[in-house]
Amino acid sequence: MTTKYSYFPGCSLKGIGRAYEESLLPVFRALDVELEELEDWNCCGATAYMAVDEVKACVLASRNLAMAEKLGHKELLAPCSACYLVLNKTKHYLEDSPSVRGVIQKALAEVDMTYSGNTPVRHPLDVMINNVGLDAIKKRVVRPLTGLKVAPYYGCQIVRPYATFDDQHDPQTMDRLMEAIGCTVVHYPLKTRCCGASLTGTLPEPGLLCSKILLEEALKRGADVIATVCPLCQFNLDGYHHNIKKRWGDFRIPTVYFTQLMGLAFGLGERELGLHRGFIPMKPLPALAPAAVGT
Amino acid sequence: MKLTRTIKYEADRVKGFGDEVRSVPGCEQLQSCIQCGTCSGVCPLSIYMDYSPRHVMALVRSDFKNEVLKSHTIWLCASCYHCTVECPRQIRITDIMYELKQRAIQEGIYPRHFTIPVLAKEFYKMVYRYGRVTENVLAATMFLKTNPMEAVKMWRLGLGLLLRGRFPLVLEKIKRRDELDRMMKVVDKMHIDQLHDDQKKPRHAVAGGHA
Amino acid sequence: MDKPTNQNIRIGFYVCHCGSNIAAMVDCPAVAKYVETLPHVVLSRDYKYMCSDPGQELIQKDIAEHKLTRVVVASCSPLLHEHTFRGAVEAGGLNPFFFHMVNIREHDSWVHTDKAEATTKAKELAHAAIMRVAMHKALEVKRVPVHPDALVIGGGIAGIHAAMTLANAGKKVFLVEREPSIGGHMAKFDKTFPTLDCAACILTPKMSEAGSHPNITLLSYSEVTKLDGYVGNYTVTVKRKPRYIIEDKCTGCQECVANCVYKEAKFPDEFNEGLGKRKPVYIPFPQATPQVVVIDPKTCLNFRNGELTGKCKKSCVTACGEKQAIDFNQKETFLELKVGTVIVTTGFKAFDAKRMPQYGYGKFPNVFTALEIERLVNSSGPTGGHVVLRDGKTEPKSIGIIHCVGSRDKKTNRWCSRVCCMYSLKLAHLLKEHTGAEIYNFYIDMRTPGKGYEEFYDKLLEEGVHFIRGRVGEVTDWAMSKEEMEKGKLVIRVEDTLAGYVRRIPFDMVVLATGLEPQEDAQSIRRMLNMSCGTEGFFLERHPKLAPVSTFTEGIFLAGCCQGPRDIPDSVAQAGAAAEALVLIDKGYIEQEPNTAYILDDECCGCKSCIPLCPYTAITFDAAKKKAVINEALCKGCGTCVAGCPSGSIVQNLFDDEEIFSEIEGVLAHE
Ligand SMILES: Cc1cc2nc3c(=O)[nH]c(=O)nc-3n(C[C@H](O)[C@H](O)[C@H](O)COP(=O)(O)OP(=O)(O)OC[C@H]3O[C@@H](n4cnc5c(N)ncnc54)[C@H](O)[C@@H]3O)c2cc1C
Ligand code: SF4
Ligand code: SF4
Ligand code: SF4
Ligand code: SF4
Repeated sequence: MTTKYSYFPGCSLKGIGRAYEESLLPVFRALDVELEELEDWNCCGATAYMAVDEVKACVLASRNLAMAEKLGHKELLAPCSACYLVLNKTKHYLEDSPSVRGVIQKALAEVDMTYSGNTPVRHPLDVMINNVGLDAIKKRVVRPLTGLKVAPYYGCQIVRPYATFDDQHDPQTMDRLMEAIGCTVVHYPLKTRCCGASLTGTLPEPGLLCSKILLEEALKRGADVIATVCPLCQFNLDGYHHNIKKRWGDFRIPTVYFTQLMGLAFGLGERELGLHRGFIPMKPLPALAPAAVGT
Repeated sequence: MKLTRTIKYEADRVKGFGDEVRSVPGCEQLQSCIQCGTCSGVCPLSIYMDYSPRHVMALVRSDFKNEVLKSHTIWLCASCYHCTVECPRQIRITDIMYELKQRAIQEGIYPRHFTIPVLAKEFYKMVYRYGRVTENVLAATMFLKTNPMEAVKMWRLGLGLLLRGRFPLVLEKIKRRDELDRMMKVVDKMHIDQLHDDQKKPRHAVAGGHA
Repeated sequence: MDKPTNQNIRIGFYVCHCGSNIAAMVDCPAVAKYVETLPHVVLSRDYKYMCSDPGQELIQKDIAEHKLTRVVVASCSPLLHEHTFRGAVEAGGLNPFFFHMVNIREHDSWVHTDKAEATTKAKELAHAAIMRVAMHKALEVKRVPVHPDALVIGGGIAGIHAAMTLANAGKKVFLVEREPSIGGHMAKFDKTFPTLDCAACILTPKMSEAGSHPNITLLSYSEVTKLDGYVGNYTVTVKRKPRYIIEDKCTGCQECVANCVYKEAKFPDEFNEGLGKRKPVYIPFPQATPQVVVIDPKTCLNFRNGELTGKCKKSCVTACGEKQAIDFNQKETFLELKVGTVIVTTGFKAFDAKRMPQYGYGKFPNVFTALEIERLVNSSGPTGGHVVLRDGKTEPKSIGIIHCVGSRDKKTNRWCSRVCCMYSLKLAHLLKEHTGAEIYNFYIDMRTPGKGYEEFYDKLLEEGVHFIRGRVGEVTDWAMSKEEMEKGKLVIRVEDTLAGYVRRIPFDMVVLATGLEPQEDAQSIRRMLNMSCGTEGFFLERHPKLAPVSTFTEGIFLAGCCQGPRDIPDSVAQAGAAAEALVLIDKGYIEQEPNTAYILDDECCGCKSCIPLCPYTAITFDAAKKKAVINEALCKGCGTCVAGCPSGSIVQNLFDDEEIFSEIEGVLAHE
């Protein structure tokens, strides 16, 4: 049976994070989950915007939430960690702060919208584990990624500050998911440490150092690839090797979306999954040869 | 050798600043900080900060407004929320950092040529104009405004993105931009006077935003 | 003004200033003046301190001079002084229940900010009391005899001390301990702060004395499962867990242990925090009291899933020989005891360090808890006092001790555990003595408020132990690439708040100073004994300053860490709870508040509605008369049944309809 979710791609998935959307959609389709993109969604109001005006950021987010509620599917899927956080934060403010709630409701009323707070905002990783389920995922695997060593990188904003679906200190959902598609998960103690994405573009030194620490540790732990759940993390860990090399030396390791790895295991093509869009390409693995058995 | 006076007199404080910050939703717990330093201990950016997050809490509480708003710390905070989830007093440090950033922008106090506040403002303006953000265009604008040389240095990354189809040449926009516009006007009208105490001057949108 | 007069009802009214506690917010003279005009009032005064001796004497004098028959005092909470004033009224020659007290401090002056309104409120409350007291009836305080035997639950240092005090005073005591030996946490320590005297040297003699005292019945490996009866007269049910050893026959020779079919000890040893190994038949530690072994059915070959299998050749039984102390057929038994007083000394539980995963306990082998270190530095511990890493051989060269683990943290326990700073100092000293390692203490605030404690801190500073003021962010096992010193170590990331730097410091060993929290079964013990718990879950004393070892139930006392974290000197001092129990036993009776409920036999229809309502199971059914009956000794005067009885046939002394309705009328009378 097909399940339907409203889908909020967010700005990055249309630009630098295009490959995330390209892999997310077919993988969910393969699992009988349909995503309906919000019509005319707007920027979620994430990090940089919050720094200018937090209340307005929440108002921006609330327009998306209101549209999602109107669309009528029970839940809203937000794949970008920053969007996921801002949408959830707005929901929390609506519940906890009467003053913020007042502003948001007035602003929504101005354009004949309402939001009752009933549409939960979910991250694809959460839905994969808790709704689709590992069994269903295992069943779809035609090409287990046996031997591929993955460092699961969750980043900050899906487990913090709201630990809704996984542990804040040592999240496990992606670990389990990667094992289900045949990968070997390496012990990666930095799985929730900040990658510095919001700084790299503007203050290279600290931003790049954050990334370098993550890359270096993944290599030390013997990983072939870092799996991420967020377009900003992916871009940050993948896009600046050149700059990192100039400062501290070469720490080349590919960073891909967890949905891309799932897609590969489901037998989808590399181009289809947007794998050609990364800066550091994944090494072809013997396990990635076309599946021996069809489905 | 140049010596700097480091003693603080009462006149150096901006009395009421701490209370003002505390009156903002999300920042209420500030007063219960026990200066344990857990926030700094977990903060990945504390390596580069001039004041540690703990130190910032102390400065805010003691009304050292100018020192705080001028600090690099608030702009180095990457909003990773690590401090917030570890603080034994459940102080939402990240939200306080956001509040301080907003105040710094509002008052125009921030390190010159520091690109983060500029990025934030450009981001804000772009969302105002188009309802969405096109990252590469945003980055280009920001560099042109702050440090054109840096923009040139970034050619490699830009080209890489272009070649990989990740450098959209058309701007992303929403259709019903007027809706956003109207919503924001409502906010401007009601704004912060209600969220903060009434004596405080209303917070204006940043230059270039809507009046 | 016309006043209805009734020759028999002559009320004296007193409003107390309580220094400025009341007078600052309530216009006391105005209240007195107002009350003077009310019916039956023959005298109305304001006075600075009513509870003082002159205040009480004033009441007595007025009763005599003005022929008062009723007294009302408007002052503080009845919890504090109702007893005092009833005494004064009685000394003046009246029945003590011809008195009523109005709380215009907690209920009025302390909670209001407008003096005019607060004064009005005081007048209204006083008016109500005047109307009510006119309806009061003379009541009699009943005395319930107290059974002379006592029960002590929990055999830690507090329980042992309490039991000994009573026993030495000639009282019979039952000491119930759930573990195979008494001793509690203190039995695990090598030295105690701040004197560094040997814990065993203090404790062992006390344990064996308690074990052999003619007046103490030691029930180890046992738990209290039920408490019936009423104040002064309890029937206690004690469950005795089978230890598969007949205590009286076992001499503690441990031949069975030596000859168990398991040649090697291979099961994690609870007493040593799992750091050592034991056999299925064992004695928890050399000084265990009673000196009796115990067989653990979970590991003994002769059992499987708790069932006897007979599969083992039982070399233990052979070794025991003629003594015939081993009995595999032992079953759980229940014992009934009659006691008059109970002292609860169930102690604390150490915080589970796994609840703070950022410190890596259970993930990194060389992160230890403080209790584990207590065993490692102990010469009778699993390593004979040799401090080594989890591999069993390497001596640590650098050790970090993290304070406040699971304390002062809203996400775990909010309270300060009071002993961790001091025991961390103690462990720092002992670890340095044993290993010569570089030692760091990471603290939030250093709390050393006891006698000789600050001096101990000084000593540690002089010994060269490092102190960093900062709560540790995390303990990790990854190294920064350039930092050779971090390779293969545990790295602590912390803000050195005093030096003003965030630091990363590598260690061989990390010690977590885990806090103290309530025992897991505290809630069920609380229900069983009808006690209260504070929000943190520790048992609540009747008054933190004035009645620190009493509970709200007469005859039940508290001592030691079950009431809140404290160190050994304080636990022992508190075990003076025994003294209070002693006073009670010697007095021989408990006075019962007469505000109990009774049933009007003529009106009770026998519907039994009240029986399940009573939270103290004080109501039973008299089948012959077909009426409900209330046991006065059990009734606590909560009034639930009174409100619940459909035929209105239950009356409560001091709260009958007349009294309550008059009081309401009084409150409403004032405009
Ligand atoms: C690591 C560490 C080091 C310490 N070092 C020192 C020190 O050096 N100096 C110092 O002064 N203090 C020290 N303390 C504090 C000290 O442990 C306590 O003050 C002391 O143990 C309190 O004694 P207690 O009898 O109240 O509780 P406990 O020692 O906890 O004893 C309670 C007893 O009751 C038993 N019990 C519990 N529940 C039941 C039940 N339901 N039925 C029957 N029995 C039950 C338990 O088995 C136990 O035997 C230290 C604490 C820790 C954690
Ligand atoms: S962690 Fe919390 S309590 Fe500790 S210094 Fe930071 S803000 Fe204050
Ligand atoms: S949210 Fe900001 S201050 Fe807090 S830990 Fe992250 S970067 Fe540091
Ligand atoms: S029955 Fe066997 S295993 Fe059990 S204690 Fe005796 S000898 Fe040891
Ligand atoms: S007044 Fe309360 S305690 Fe007394 S019998 Fe009635 S219900 Fe029970």
